[in-house]
Amino acid sequence: MPYVVERKPLTLSERLYLPQILSGMRVTLKHLFARNVTMEYPEQRPAIPAGYRGVPTLVKDPHGREKCVSCQLCEFVCPPKAIRITPGEIPADAPAAHVEKGPKEFEIDMLRCIYCGLCQEVCPEEAIFLQNQYSMTGYTREEMVNRKARLYELGGTLPDNHFKWDKKKEAAEHGGGH
Amino acid sequence: MIELWSNLPPLLQMAVKGFAVIAVMFPIGGACSLVERKISAWMQGRPGPNRAMPFWFAWVPVLGPFLQRLGVFHLMADGGKMFLKEDSLPGHVNKFYFLLAPVVAMIPALTTVTVVPFGAYLTDAGRLAPLVLANLDVGILAVFAVSSLGVYSLILAGWASNSKYPFLGGVRASAQLISYELSMTLSVLPVFLWVNAPGGSGTLSLFDVVQAQSGPWLSWSGAWFIFYMPVSAIVFLVSLFAETNRLPFDMAEGEADLVGGFHTEYGSMKWGLFFVAEYSHMLVGSGVFVLLFLGGWNPLPWVPLADVAAWLHLAGQPVLLGLLSIAIFLGKTLFFIFVFMWVRWTVPRFRYDQVMKLGWQKLLPLAIGNLIFYAALIAIIQLNLGWPAYAGLAAGAAAALVVAFTFPRKSAAF
Repeated sequence: MPYVVERKPLTLSERLYLPQILSGMRVTLKHLFARNVTMEYPEQRPAIPAGYRGVPTLVKDPHGREKCVSCQLCEFVCPPKAIRITPGEIPADAPAAHVEKGPKEFEIDMLRCIYCGLCQEVCPEEAIFLQNQYSMTGYTREEMVNRKARLYELGGTLPDNHFKWDKKKEAAEHGGGH
Repeated sequence: MIELWSNLPPLLQMAVKGFAVIAVMFPIGGACSLVERKISAWMQGRPGPNRAMPFWFAWVPVLGPFLQRLGVFHLMADGGKMFLKEDSLPGHVNKFYFLLAPVVAMIPALTTVTVVPFGAYLTDAGRLAPLVLANLDVGILAVFAVSSLGVYSLILAGWASNSKYPFLGGVRASAQLISYELSMTLSVLPVFLWVNAPGGSGTLSLFDVVQAQSGPWLSWSGAWFIFYMPVSAIVFLVSLFAETNRLPFDMAEGEADLVGGFHTEYGSMKWGLFFVAEYSHMLVGSGVFVLLFLGGWNPLPWVPLADVAAWLHLAGQPVLLGLLSIAIFLGKTLFFIFVFMWVRWTVPRFRYDQVMKLGWQKLLPLAIGNLIFYAALIAIIQLNLGWPAYAGLAAGAAAALVVAFTFPRKSAAF
């Protein structure tokens, strides 16, 4: 509903103007001696809050297995199409041979990424996380594309509550079914 | 030492004195730009410039990091940048006047300082003598006459740039200067009415103004003029802000409405000279304010420099006393430079019509009324008219104030 803001006539001290300036100067003088509110960035780093959406990374589970199974859901959901996955087979003699697939190549173009976090949200394997890294720099476009090795280096290992594939393998060994 | 000095040819003496003054003033003008950055940063809760440091200075233990935090080396970095960056000359400008404008800005800024006394010492005869490049009898007139030439540089820069916004900046600068010059001159007249007692030879010298504020303890002539002419002081100070084109009156350089202002087309050291000139103007303006209203080199009201010299036994040492007086004077002046910056980072810029209204409708009548009041007061004192006259004057002043504040105004805004 529209309403009319009442414009009060100026008081005498407002009309004299100088008292108002003096009170303003008192405020700025207080700030002159107050503590700085800025952070001197390269030396001081901000505390990253929980749930911060930094650079997307790939993580391994505590056994050192790469969690991504290259289902490509993140690639499909990514709004700016920053993710490119080349799926690959896992060799039969690998310790993680019981897992369906693994990414042969995984690229996230950080020049396109908008840090929306949809890839993390959509991932059924909890393999991709937006973590605390917030500073991405590079001199070429090529440098700004995070490849698989770099993604795992940034991501590291996160705790796992499920060990889904191990349980599946165990269940299959004990007569199948879930 | 002193004999050697007084044996030098007078022309050489003058040249040395002039260079000495410029050698002090120019760096202060430059340093002010750094101080301004630092003060603005502190007022905004930032640390301000604190990175630049020559690599070899980083080895100095405590002093190095301290000066780095203070940003002292940014001064040299800024200066170096000004000198080294490309000095571009746009193709569409009127080249002769375009190049002339920064020079014209510097000349009045450095010329006015010749008549501003910046200290005093006791001669062998025991009399106070000013430290000044030229102790002219027309002192304040010379300051006004030369300092208002400074605006020509802004007009010239604006016009020679051959571009709309610089031109508007120049036009604004000239209109503003004309508006505030009047109030400024009228506001100092009461001071000189007071100083020029009948019978004595008339003077407009700034040294004599300070002498009139150097009376002994608790005497009328010991009080600084700001105490019994506060309105004059305020009008003078406000006009000074306008004359030096400082916020809130920096109409000539509105980034929002004029792109940059009169200096839009300038770069590198030509641009820098405008600002060194602005700071020099501020320095001289604050100096004149200190001389007129704040007792010049007298350390405290009712404590004249001569008394201090007697307490410290400095009467026989003109050099030490001179340095002391310069330190006191410079301290007060630099405080006013700080006030300039303080105000700049406190209040926003006026709108242009507000500047004109304030100048013509508020300050000018106030200055005229103030002049009439003090002229009448001085006449009453001199003619010994007694208390009915004082009562009449007070009643008249009160009536004028009431009328001024209750008179119906057409526009409610400012």
